[in-house]
Amino acid sequence: MAAAVISVDGLSASYQKNTVLHDVNFQVREGTITAIVGPNGAGKSTLIKTMLGLHPKLTGNVRFWDDAFKTAKKKIGYVPQRGSVDWDFPTDALDVVTMGLYGKIGWFRIPSKKHKEKAMQALKKMGMEAYAHRQISQLSGGQQQRVFLARALAQDAELYFMDEPLAGVDASTEKAIMAILKELKSRGKTVLVVHHDLQTVPEYFDHVLFLNKKVYAHGETEKVFTKDNIATTYGGDMQWVGKGDQYVIQSTSH
Amino acid sequence: MTYTMWIILTASLVGLSCGLIGVYLILKKQAMMADAISHTVLLGIVSAYLVTQQMTGTAMLVGGILAGLLTAFLVQSLNNLKVQHDASLGIVFTTLFAIGVILISTSVGNVHLDVQHALMGEITFVPFATIDIPLIGAVPKATALLGLVLIVVIFFIIAFYKEWKITSFDPALAASIGIPVVFFHYLFMTLVSITTVASFDAVGAILVVAMLITPAAAAYLWTDKLVVMLFLSGGFGVLSAITGYWVATWLDTSISGSMAFATGCIFFISFIFSPKHGLISKWVRPAGVSEEQGI
Amino acid sequence: MLSNLLHTNTMWVMTSTMILGIAAGGIGCLAYWKKQNLMSDALSHAALPGVVVAFFIIQEKNLLLLVIGAAISALLGAFLIQWITNTSRITEDTAMGMILSVFYGGGVMLLAIANRSAGGNQSGLNSFIYGQAAAMVRSDVITMMVLASIVIFIIFIAFKEWKLFLFDASFAKGIGLSVRGMNVLYTTVLVTTIVIGIQAVGVILMAAMLIIPAVSARYWTHSFKMMIILSSVVGGISGAAGTWISSTGSGLPTGPFIVLVSATIFVLSLLFGKEKGIIIRFIQFKIQQRSSKEDYPLTAGKGGSQ
Repeated sequence: MAAAVISVDGLSASYQKNTVLHDVNFQVREGTITAIVGPNGAGKSTLIKTMLGLHPKLTGNVRFWDDAFKTAKKKIGYVPQRGSVDWDFPTDALDVVTMGLYGKIGWFRIPSKKHKEKAMQALKKMGMEAYAHRQISQLSGGQQQRVFLARALAQDAELYFMDEPLAGVDASTEKAIMAILKELKSRGKTVLVVHHDLQTVPEYFDHVLFLNKKVYAHGETEKVFTKDNIATTYGGDMQWVGKGDQYVIQSTSH
Repeated sequence: MTYTMWIILTASLVGLSCGLIGVYLILKKQAMMADAISHTVLLGIVSAYLVTQQMTGTAMLVGGILAGLLTAFLVQSLNNLKVQHDASLGIVFTTLFAIGVILISTSVGNVHLDVQHALMGEITFVPFATIDIPLIGAVPKATALLGLVLIVVIFFIIAFYKEWKITSFDPALAASIGIPVVFFHYLFMTLVSITTVASFDAVGAILVVAMLITPAAAAYLWTDKLVVMLFLSGGFGVLSAITGYWVATWLDTSISGSMAFATGCIFFISFIFSPKHGLISKWVRPAGVSEEQGI
Repeated sequence: MLSNLLHTNTMWVMTSTMILGIAAGGIGCLAYWKKQNLMSDALSHAALPGVVVAFFIIQEKNLLLLVIGAAISALLGAFLIQWITNTSRITEDTAMGMILSVFYGGGVMLLAIANRSAGGNQSGLNSFIYGQAAAMVRSDVITMMVLASIVIFIIFIAFKEWKLFLFDASFAKGIGLSVRGMNVLYTTVLVTTIVIGIQAVGVILMAAMLIIPAVSARYWTHSFKMMIILSSVVGGISGAAGTWISSTGSGLPTGPFIVLVSATIFVLSLLFGKEKGIIIRFIQFKIQQRSSKEDYPLTAGKGGSQ
C-alpha cells in the first residue's frame, strides 16, 4: 500500500462564531484523485485553505509526507477559485502560467527562456497556446480556468489542490481539465479537487470525500459513493435539507 | 542650474517616483492606503523632530517609515479583528493625524513645521536649502533626497519585479509557493512611506496622493502590460509635474496644487480618449462583441 | 466678565459640535452599511474648490454660502467617483483617491489666487479649511445647528426606510420605495453633514466624525436602530468633550481633540464591546477550541477509512 501523502488529524476551523470544520480526519494515498463533495457551506474551500495554512485552524494537525506544510510546500500546487483574483491585472496568459515557476526561479532572477518554454508547454497541454499573449481579461471563463490549470502544471508539483476547477466552465474545458487530471494521476501525482457536480463523481474520481463540517464518508468511489452517504451528507444536517435535496435531485435526474 | 531648473527637476522626480509606486498601489487595490500613509507620515515627521530636535533628512525618513509601517500594521490588525478594511483605514489615519496636529500645536510651536506647509508643500522654497554632494556640487536637500529615494524605489521594483507581480495578482498562490507575502506587504508600505516623505517638501501630504494614484490610474487605461504601465505612469507623473509647473507660473498660483490638478487632467483625457479602455472606445466598440469568444 | 463671555461662547460652540457629532454619528451608520466609509473623506476634500469659489464670489465669510459652494463641489466629486467607477476598470477606492486629491489640488490653486487678490481677508477661510470651532461666530453656530438638526430629523424620521434601503435595495424597490430618491436623499444628507462639519474639525478629520462612532457602536449592538442611536451618542459626546478639552488651553485645535475622544471610545469598544469585542471573542474562541477538543475522542477514527 502506497504511503499517505496527506494525513489530517482532528482538524477544526471556524469563521467567527460558526464552526465550519469540526474534527476532520482523513488520509490520502499517493497517486489518487479525490473529489471533495458536500452541500454549499460545508467547508470544502475552507478545508483546502486550512490545510494550506491560508486560513487559521482551531485545532488539529495536517502533515504532508509526514512533514509540516512549510517543509513540503515546494511539492504542493494550488489552483484557487477563478474568482479569487482580479482578471483586469495587466498581464497575459503566458505570464500567469510563468508565475507558477516563481518559487523555483529564486530571488533576484527573472524568468529565463527555459522557464517561458516550460510555461508555453503547459499552455499547449491545455490547448491554449494560441492565447499565450492575450490579456487575461479578454479570455472566457473556461479559458481563464485552463490558464490556472496550466499554471499548476508548470509548477510541476507532486500534490495538487484544486478549488472548483470545473465550476462554470464549458464542456470542452471540462474535458480538457479531466484529461489533464488523468494524466497527472498516471504520472503518480496526487490530486484533491473540490467538486460540485455529484453526477460526474464516479466517472472522474477514484476517491471521494463527503464533507459537511465533518467527514461523513471517505474512500474509494466504488465503495463509498452510495445513495446512503449522499443522503446523510446532504440531508443529514437539518440545516441543509433544502439545498441538499436540490443537489440530490440534480444528481439523479440528469 | 538655475532656480527654475531645480524646481522642475524636483517636481519631475516627485512625478517619477510616485508614478512608479502608484502602479502597484492601484493594482494591489491600496489606493486609499496612500491617502492614509501620506497623512500619518506627518506624525512620523513631528515625532522625529521632537526626538532629535532638528529637521534632518535621515530623521524625517526614519520617522516617516515608522509612521507608515505603524499605519499599515494598525490597519491590518483592525482588519484582522473584522473591522471593514476602509473603516479601519479611516480610523487609523485620522487618529494618527490628529495626534500629529496636536503635537505640532502644543510642543513644536511655530518652528519651521506648520501644518499648512506640511499639507500643501512649498516647492518654491526647495532650491534655497542646499547640500554639497561630491562630484555634483550644491544640490537642494529635497532634490537630493528625492533622487536617493528614486534610486531605492527603482532598485526594489527591478530586484523584486516578479515577486511584486505575483503578490499583487494572486497573493494566495504567492504564499503557497513560498513567497513571504507579509514581508513584501510591509516592504511595499515602506517604499510608499519614503516616497511620501521625500515628496513632502515639494507637494505636501495631500497632493502627494494625487501624484501617487492618478498617473497610475491613467496608465491603467492605456495598457494591459505591466512594464508598459510602469513606464507610462512614470511618464505621466513627470508630464504632470512639468505642465503643472508651467500652468502655476502662468496663473501665479500654487505649484503643487497645479501639479495635482494636471494629473487629474491627464487622467480625464485618458478616461475619455484611451483607445483601449476609454469611454469613446466603448461607444465605438460596445463591450461583449469585441473579441471572438473562443472555446 | 471677560471669562464669563468666553465661557458662554464656549457653551455655544460645544452645543454646536455636539449636535454636529450626533448628526455625523447617525449618517456615519448609513455610510457604514452602504460600505462607503471613506467616501466622507473623499467628499470633504472635494468640497475645497467650492468653498474657495464661493468665497471668491461673495468676498466674505458667510457660512451658509460657503456651505452651499462646498456642497456643490462635493456633489460633483461624488458624481465623478460614481461615473468613473461605473464606466471604467478603475476601482472605487482609486477613483476616490483621485477625486479627493485632484479636487484638493484644484482648491489649493484657487486658494493661492484668492489669497493674492483678497489681501489679508483669508484668515477666516483658513480656519474654515483646517477646522477651528472656537473661531465660529454666533451666526455660524446657528447655521450649523439648524442644518445639523435637519439632518438628524431626516435620519431619525425614516428609520425603517433607511434600513430597507441599505439592507436590501431591490426588495425596497419591490415594495414601492424609490431607491433612486433614497440615494439622492442619502447623498444630500451626507454632503450636508460633511460640509457643515468642515468648519469645526477641518477637511481632513471630518471623515473620523462619521466613521469612528459608527464602528464603535457596532461593538455593542446588533440592532440597526440601536446602532444609529449609540453612534449618535458617541458622536455627540466626542464633539462636546473634544471642544471642551481644546478650550482649556490657548491655541489648541478642536478637530484633533474631537477625533482623539472618539478614538478612545473606539478602543474601549474594541476591547470591551459586548457583541464583537476582543475579550468576548477571545473567550468564545477558547470555549470553541475546548469543545472541539472534548468531542475529538468520541469521533476519532470515524472519518479516515482507508
